[in-house]
Amino acid sequence: MSENAANRSVDDLVPIFFMGKRYMVPSSLTIQKALEYAGYQHVRGCGCRGGICGACGTVYRDPDSYRLQVGLACQTVVESGMHLMILPYYPGNRAEFDIDEMQGTGGEVAALYPEIFKCIGCNACTQACPMDIDVMHYMAQAIRGDIKGVAETSFDCIMCGLCASRCPAEEVQFNVAILSRRLNARHLTPRAKHLEKQVERVAAGEFEESLRELMGKSTDDLKQLYRDREAEPQMTEDDWKPQDARYV
Amino acid sequence: MPYPESIRALIEKVEKTRPARVERKKRDQEFPALKLEERDPVLRNFHPDFIEGTRREIKIGPSKGYSISNEMVDLLEAKSRVNPDLVNLDKPDYETDVLVIGAGGAGTAAAILAAENGARVLIATKLRHGDANTMMAEGGIQAADKVGKDSPYFHYLDILGGGHFANDPELVYTMVSNAPDALRWLEGLGASFSKFEDGTMKTMHGGGTSRKRMHYAADITGAEIMRTIRDEARNHTDMIDVVEFCPAVEIVLDDAGRCAGAILYNLETGEYSFARASAVIIATGGSGRLHIQDFMTTNHYGATADGIVMAYRAGVPISFLHTVQYHPTGVVFPEQAEGILITEKFRGAGANVLNVHGEQFVYEREPRDVEAACIIRECSPKGRGNGVPTPTGKFGVWLDSPMIDMLKGEGTVLKEFPGKHILFRRFGIDISKEPMLIHPTLHYQNGGLDINSTCETNVPGLYAAGEVAGGIHGENRLMGNSLLDVIVFGRIAGAAAAAYSEATGEIGRPTLEHVRKYNEELKTAGVGADRIAPMLLPDYSNPEVREKQLSKDYFGTLS
Ligand SMILES: Cc1cc2nc3c(=O)[nH]c(=O)nc-3n(C[C@H](O)[C@H](O)[C@H](O)COP(=O)(O)OP(=O)(O)OC[C@H]3O[C@@H](n4cnc5c(N)ncnc54)[C@H](O)[C@@H]3O)c2cc1C
Ligand code: SF4
Ligand code: SF4
Repeated sequence: MSENAANRSVDDLVPIFFMGKRYMVPSSLTIQKALEYAGYQHVRGCGCRGGICGACGTVYRDPDSYRLQVGLACQTVVESGMHLMILPYYPGNRAEFDIDEMQGTGGEVAALYPEIFKCIGCNACTQACPMDIDVMHYMAQAIRGDIKGVAETSFDCIMCGLCASRCPAEEVQFNVAILSRRLNARHLTPRAKHLEKQVERVAAGEFEESLRELMGKSTDDLKQLYRDREAEPQMTEDDWKPQDARYV
Repeated sequence: MPYPESIRALIEKVEKTRPARVERKKRDQEFPALKLEERDPVLRNFHPDFIEGTRREIKIGPSKGYSISNEMVDLLEAKSRVNPDLVNLDKPDYETDVLVIGAGGAGTAAAILAAENGARVLIATKLRHGDANTMMAEGGIQAADKVGKDSPYFHYLDILGGGHFANDPELVYTMVSNAPDALRWLEGLGASFSKFEDGTMKTMHGGGTSRKRMHYAADITGAEIMRTIRDEARNHTDMIDVVEFCPAVEIVLDDAGRCAGAILYNLETGEYSFARASAVIIATGGSGRLHIQDFMTTNHYGATADGIVMAYRAGVPISFLHTVQYHPTGVVFPEQAEGILITEKFRGAGANVLNVHGEQFVYEREPRDVEAACIIRECSPKGRGNGVPTPTGKFGVWLDSPMIDMLKGEGTVLKEFPGKHILFRRFGIDISKEPMLIHPTLHYQNGGLDINSTCETNVPGLYAAGEVAGGIHGENRLMGNSLLDVIVFGRIAGAAAAAYSEATGEIGRPTLEHVRKYNEELKTAGVGADRIAPMLLPDYSNPEVREKQLSKDYFGTLS
């Protein structure tokens, strides 16, 4: 199996220390695959294996440095002598809210997460973020009530929790971030009018007849219609109109 | 791993042909698409579905005689993880109205809708809430909502053309008609779709679309949808409970043959427990981790077909599993990122696909199966043998991402594809300046459990939604229709299960009699005695270490 850690040459094994325990692993592997090579079958700390789910946030230290480094186990290649642990879970405060009842103000975020004002601006969160997000900056934006700013700065957040794990002020940055993104998208960005219109047209049954007609057609007829359908050109702008407007 | 010298020399060939290709793209002069009748021979000769000896007929169960991939049949012809005689069903460990199995997109949408319709919901999921294929989707979600140029009519036609006209018409009808409302629901929950200033959604083409109807949230559309609906589910803690690391391993029926809940397995304590529910929604997603024909996969760690196995044992037939979707563009180099998906949006945005000579050989927006087969033909020694050799001894083709900046302005790759830009940057490759090396990768389970347009299976009270179900996409799904599928049918399943649960009242005596019978059928057919399913998690651990794990199956104080 392509994924199987054992199917590879073992000429350059290096030591890594997983929660203090030493294993010899091939130097080209990611931390995730190196642990599998060592004999682990992950239960926690492994989700998408592609750097987007946030299950495998990892804290590590190189042998000659006192500094802590961070990465995702599925994306970070092992280094000789590294000491590491995976942080699969971090207890964080989350406030419940009803998005329909809100307006997207900074005051609403502050009311749900009053602890944001305790941020001391130490930048530990930014240094801990494996997605290179300027976490401290979005926390500052939250404090200023710049919800749109938080939404934009935090867009790539995978909610791994590493920032919260390093925060002396016990903030739960990622929950502040998702609240702000949702408020921004829902209340501070214009709704899509075409969407609303199309929902109404479907509800009014405007496409019913043409769809039912298609459903009744033979495969050969469908193939013909499929071949003949007009294609929107690749490089046109959004206002392109088809020549045949019967079915739109 | 930056590109080594040997590869750099090959990249020069790509750079040489690039200016002329960009000019052609600007003039909308595309590489000619295959005609409908030309697709078949390429598929038959080069698509993995057609390789001899890779499939066999299932010997038992509701779809006995159906021929599908060996890896899937291995799981269907396998014994239960539990001995029905040892499970105590008299005292349920959990009681709920609706049990949702699997917390990806379909399961979470279903849970929210079931709760909104008054049902108490328990979500049991294998990993964490949201560790799912939905989280990984990048490219986008389709809906025909651009008034004046698109409509469910064209969406329907595109889906059928992509699915080889084999799709279930009612299911397609249901999906395309509910698509605009699904998008509006997500917008209302605060999912950040990429929009123009006035709120108009940005849309683009995907393989096989006749109109630009792919909506997106930069290049993390699935993550944006998943984290938004997960967050919404967490706003309903009074109605929705979630148990993580507790996969379901068996459906429980009552003595009248209705669904009565499921057996859950605590991955950490090793306990089995009974969750009693009057309706169950299976939303366990796909099966990429079966590594069919040894293909690398784009799927998350838990995509192991569990839902299919459980429901099949409970009597639900399967269809369309004879076709499997290979995504045309997965990473082949660097090796650390092997299998990871490179969204179709790169091709939608103008990137060409090129062989070792830096030449085009395929139209970039063929349906996935055709595109994948053409790439395999280009790479395969049995085909044209024009693949780019990778430093790890494999073959791939180029995806020429730098064209995108040339077509749409400097910085576009960074802005539209931040996720992939970071991924490659970690390995010392700048994809706005250097092309990517790609090869088809196991991506999507086209088929699955038979459902009707309200997500009912043939077992009363048992529902299925999302990638685990079959029929909507026929024999091949188009990009962007799966995220749509999970939202549309997830919502339908949630509402339907809540209504059923309310109407049905008391369920009867719970039993695992069907499991006992299935085990006997296996014995009679003489298959599967040495296999146990569902798989739950793939095992990539070192076989040499595993050999030394001598007490793995021992009973005692340590196991
Ligand atoms: C890399 C990638 C990119 C994609 N890009 C796109 C795209 O751009 N557009 C598009 O439309 N589609 C895309 N898809 C497809 C789409 O994302 C999936 O098909 C879809 O999200 C599946 O949703 P689901 O809810 O059915 O399953 P999932 O989201 O996979 O959720 C299933 C859940 O069930 C859990 N589970 C599994 N077994 C059990 C069990 N026994 N008990 C309890 N829980 C269990 C899993 O852990 C998981 O959490 C992509 C897929 C991948 C992998
Ligand atoms: S902001 Fe925090 S939770 Fe989000 S990715 Fe960065 S470290 Fe992880
Ligand atoms: S770690 Fe905490 S206190 Fe420090 S800057 Fe970040 S949010 Fe503020």
